[in-house]
Amino acid sequence: MEVAKLTNVTRVYKIGEVETRALNGVSMAISDGEFTSLVGPSGSGKTTLLQLIGCLDKPTSGSVIIGGQETTNLSRNQRADLRKGTIGFVFQFFALIPTLTAYENVEMPLLLNGKTPAQRKQRVMELLEAVDLADRGHHRPDQLSGGQQQRVAVARALSTNPKMILADEPTANLDTANGEQVMEIMKKLNKETGVTFVFATHDPRVIKYASRVVTLEDGVIVKDTKG
Amino acid sequence: MINYFKLAYRNLGRHRRRSLLSALALALGTALLMFIAAFFQGEMRSSMETTLKLNTGHLQVRDEDYDPDKLSVAWEYLIENPDQAAAQIESLDPVLAATPRLLASGIVSVRDESAGVQIMGIVPESEANAPYRDGIVSGEFITADDREGIIIGLPLAESLDLRAGDSINLLVNTSDGDVDEQQFTVRGIFTTGTSAWDKGVVFLPLAKAQAFARAENHASIIFVLLNDREQADEVAAAIQGEGVVVKTWTQMNELLVLVEDFSNAYLAVINLIVLGVTATVIVNTLLMSVFERTREIGILSAIGMKGRQVIALFLAEASLLAFGGIGAGALAGWALSAYFGKVGVYFGDLGIGEQMLLEDRIYTYLTLDSAVSLIVTAFLVTVLASLYPARMASRMEPVEALHGKQ
Ligand SMILES: Nc1ncnc2c1ncn2[C@@H]1O[C@H](COP(=O)(O)OP(=O)(O)OP(=O)(O)O)[C@@H](O)[C@H]1O
Ligand SMILES: [Mg+2]
Repeated sequence: MEVAKLTNVTRVYKIGEVETRALNGVSMAISDGEFTSLVGPSGSGKTTLLQLIGCLDKPTSGSVIIGGQETTNLSRNQRADLRKGTIGFVFQFFALIPTLTAYENVEMPLLLNGKTPAQRKQRVMELLEAVDLADRGHHRPDQLSGGQQQRVAVARALSTNPKMILADEPTANLDTANGEQVMEIMKKLNKETGVTFVFATHDPRVIKYASRVVTLEDGVIVKDTKG
Repeated sequence: MINYFKLAYRNLGRHRRRSLLSALALALGTALLMFIAAFFQGEMRSSMETTLKLNTGHLQVRDEDYDPDKLSVAWEYLIENPDQAAAQIESLDPVLAATPRLLASGIVSVRDESAGVQIMGIVPESEANAPYRDGIVSGEFITADDREGIIIGLPLAESLDLRAGDSINLLVNTSDGDVDEQQFTVRGIFTTGTSAWDKGVVFLPLAKAQAFARAENHASIIFVLLNDREQADEVAAAIQGEGVVVKTWTQMNELLVLVEDFSNAYLAVINLIVLGVTATVIVNTLLMSVFERTREIGILSAIGMKGRQVIALFLAEASLLAFGGIGAGALAGWALSAYFGKVGVYFGDLGIGEQMLLEDRIYTYLTLDSAVSLIVTAFLVTVLASLYPARMASRMEPVEALHGKQ
């Protein structure tokens, strides 16, 4: 089963007269349950590719199919709907909502999905447990360490049971110990629940967890190794 | 359901001082507008009531040739045998009082000082003369058969240094175009609280005034007060008669009615300006907040928040600011209006004239109607103005969030 399928995708950024070809004819498929790492030098197009897979952005040309649905012609709100149920995000800078507690941050996507209070409570507790933060639910982001914040972000990304989680440099701002802990948790969740992970990274410690490594250079896939 | 207000409350709490200042701007604007409205209404109400009570009444029956500006007592301008007509009018249900008055021009002189006055011959016991009877501050009111007594106003007494019991010399223009002169004794001194009126009018009993001005059996007007001034047209129609005209208070106070209409338009313009300024403060606060939270909005959008939910979030913030600011402002405005409604604001004799009498002290007067419409308008203006920053936030692309800027 394919969670995402990209065919001949190109993304050109235009600022004034200057055009940047961030992606240049990329085709790839992501299967259910993969734990894939996107690597490549800075500016090679990793973030751009993640944004397209995550329906946060539209390609200049080519097709992006998510869960069997062609997304290139969807409106802003339709894309938001699609994201809500199928894709979770973990960002490089922990990206929690600063005014919400850890508990409320994890709860937010469930609220947006219209879950009942009982369902929400059960799911949030379950997830905070899974990322080892059951006792930190009522802490605000600024009362948590970077690693803890990133684990909350992972829990939030998982809350609506998405098919796929996209993470952009999830360990870039973490020390080795915290980085490994976050990766361990992601790997464990991938094994236990079968959720697909795709993350962009420079970090060799992260790459070693991956079951597939896709290498980008100048907006083109130059290498794709599984195993 | 997302509790937008909980989120909004916390977001406002992030910049407590900024939020408080914006709410304060709204509060000041609302309080100011409420006080201005109360002041205008108090002024208009006072002006209308005072002018009707003292000067024009609700209806006046006059000879068709009568000219109120001339104060002439030539017989062709007067009503003959007014007592019976007045009694008939007074017996009508909607009528509170109907009383004949003779108005003549005269000059009061004491020692070497003098002042021009309107001499009013009145039926002392009529209900219509209650403001003067009840307003006596020294001495007592005149009686119908008094032949030497006169009642004068407090400002006149002060300027001529007169006390009850003192003598004055009074000059009158008589019906045959002559002048007559006589000594009177000040029986009493009154005040109605409206110096502009009190300083220029003196009272004699009707019979004495008629004799003095050689206008026996005549009156200038029948002064009519109604229980409800809205019935003026009906009553006027009912008491039409041969050779006389009946003037209603709206006909006699065209200027005042005009000023009242105009003052409403004027208030609306002031409201618009002040609310425009406060709305700008709120929009500015929200815009700052939108720019600061670009990344956060992107994240919310990435995890599935739709455009209209983002709008709802910002509108909730605006509503909370509006609720707090306008609420506090309305309370302050109400308190101010209530206080000055009791104590009044002293202006003294503004000298606007008989066309628009004003009490020396203006009492603010806030109607529930105007308070509610101000609060609702302020709220709507604030929330509508906030649609601009809210829509701006809702149109941000989630790509921003992943962009890695911090
Ligand atoms: N919003 C944008 N507007 C214009 N150019 C952009 C934008 N986003 C990315 N680019 C350009 O597109 C190219 C690919 O950028 P991208 O962010 O995808 O690279 P990356 O592989 O994620 O790099 P890094 O490892 O530094 O995060 C770069 O040349 C970048 O400058
Ligand atoms: Mg990147």
